[in-house]
Amino acid sequence: MNAPATVDTAVRKFLDFTDADVASYLETCVHCGECAEACHFYLSSHDPKYTPTYKLFPLVKAYKRHKAPLSSLKKMIGLVPAELTEEELREWEPLVYDSCTMCGRCTLVCPMGIDIAGTIRKMREGYAAAGIVPDGLKSAAENAERTGSPMGVTLKALQAQLAHQEAETGIRIEIDKQGADYMAIFSSMETMGYPEIFGAYAKLFKRAGLDWTISSEAFEATNVGVQMGSGPLAKKLVQRIVDAAERLGVKYVISPECGHAYGALRWAGPNLVGRPFKFEVVHIIELIDQLRAEGRIPPGKKDGRKMTLHDPCQIIRRGGILKEPRRLIADAAENFVEMEGAGVANLCCGGGGGVSANPRAAELQKAAFSFKLDQISKIGGIEAVVVPCANCRTVFEDGLDEYESDLEVVGLGELVADTLADD
Amino acid sequence: MTFLEFTEGPMWYVAATVFVVGVLWKVIGLVRIGHKPDIAPPKGSAAGGFLAGNIRHFFPRGLFAERTWMHIVGGYGFHLGLFVLLVFAAPHVAFIQERILGFGWPALPRWGFIVAAEVAFAGLILLWVRRISDPVMRLISDWDDHVGSWLTFIVMLTGCLALQEANDALRALHIFFVNGWLIYFPFSRLMHAATFFLSRGYTGATYGRKGMTV
Repeated sequence: MNAPATVDTAVRKFLDFTDADVASYLETCVHCGECAEACHFYLSSHDPKYTPTYKLFPLVKAYKRHKAPLSSLKKMIGLVPAELTEEELREWEPLVYDSCTMCGRCTLVCPMGIDIAGTIRKMREGYAAAGIVPDGLKSAAENAERTGSPMGVTLKALQAQLAHQEAETGIRIEIDKQGADYMAIFSSMETMGYPEIFGAYAKLFKRAGLDWTISSEAFEATNVGVQMGSGPLAKKLVQRIVDAAERLGVKYVISPECGHAYGALRWAGPNLVGRPFKFEVVHIIELIDQLRAEGRIPPGKKDGRKMTLHDPCQIIRRGGILKEPRRLIADAAENFVEMEGAGVANLCCGGGGGVSANPRAAELQKAAFSFKLDQISKIGGIEAVVVPCANCRTVFEDGLDEYESDLEVVGLGELVADTLADD
Repeated sequence: MTFLEFTEGPMWYVAATVFVVGVLWKVIGLVRIGHKPDIAPPKGSAAGGFLAGNIRHFFPRGLFAERTWMHIVGGYGFHLGLFVLLVFAAPHVAFIQERILGFGWPALPRWGFIVAAEVAFAGLILLWVRRISDPVMRLISDWDDHVGSWLTFIVMLTGCLALQEANDALRALHIFFVNGWLIYFPFSRLMHAATFFLSRGYTGATYGRKGMTV
């Protein structure tokens, strides 16, 4: 590889992350373009450059030149692509970061079953290593390096929010309780934007008799390293949680209503730190569903509003937690209606995968969200949408403001807590 | 040596060898790239997911069918038609019996061949017309996509011309292009026919392991 250092770094990472899965995807794509029809960025713009498989072009080029079986033979007769250039790498950066939320909807429609979202995630490792990353994600990463939180949320800020929720609910939330069964982590957006979630969980866990705590050293769930594609940062952020959980001796870590945080800890986590955890990772929705099934948090009077559910991609489609939220909503909402394509094929909000942290992508995100809003509007008469992901929830609230909609947005934990049976 | 003897003799052996070795080299090469072991505790079965992924992606997902109907019609038509022609056309059954396996099976009647060929041609032409007319496909297509489509089209066309088996030159022409197609196959995107089970399967395995719906 006689390429400039930036390109060389990116290409080396691309090749490192091209395992048998990715190689088979790159070999098997027949350029049918069906993936475009599943991508909210293409659907909302009809610009062919937003075709998911097209976003992989720099990786394809590097793979076909350097790693594909038979590439040496093809190189001898000039049938491999030219070396990737820095211009190409930079030209594709907005496609890789601004116009892919790694939602994975394109995989559903792909006749070859290609996991483009997972491949984009690996491709971002090359971009991050080469330092070609959007400014919004760079500053989120700097905050996370410094404080553990992409929004720079400090322990003091958390404590202030907890104190407020303790006063609201009359329930004490214990920090750093040694030997507790569960340790809960939260996303920055929940801590700063939706602190009522602390009160909701306090109420649910008290009723269920759950022994839980929050760590003063690792209360942040957001992993900007995973969003940006920085393995070392992702590892550092996971390690912080692992160290705190193991120090407190908890049996479970509760991943919050945040899409990517679950995958980052539950699935990528052990691989990032290089060993299995001494605790289990459980998603808050799974836990609440389990407590409900055990009769520890009985349902009470249902919410009467006409409601629907937004399926956060990383929890539902790519997290496999499909039935649990529906069971909980069935107990909590009197008038629940599914939207077209609900479940694994639901549309993304447009702001996942670090897109909402990237101001450059604001217009794209807004256009993609209009598709989500149309999907909900088609049902007719919806008063509230349940959004069990703090990032999606922020995207919804910003988007609803933008489009002057009076649709209400509720978190699932809060809905369950609000509709709990009286003591 | 006549041209027919050449195409059915030395050229055929070279082409078949390149095809078999090339395909095996590539498939084994892909598998050998391997993965890092996944130490996250599984929720489900990777092997079950590998199988489920392969089966699930054979069928279009209802929600997207309206937007992708042209590919569904063209893709199924072409692939099913080609499969039937390849395996059940009378000259192919005879060739397989005499030159490859030593045994054969009942062949399609002539009308069946005509129907299968028409379906395959219609499907291939539909896919290619879409490739050159749809802005998305125009952007993402490269020369390999076009060469693969045209080579397959010529193989099918010369096959139809040779159907009567009345003219050695037409038969030789067909075998010549078949040989070319076989040699081109492992180096091209035509290889998807031998690697699709891996891409569907690997995704299915990942999903299966995580307890996700394939």
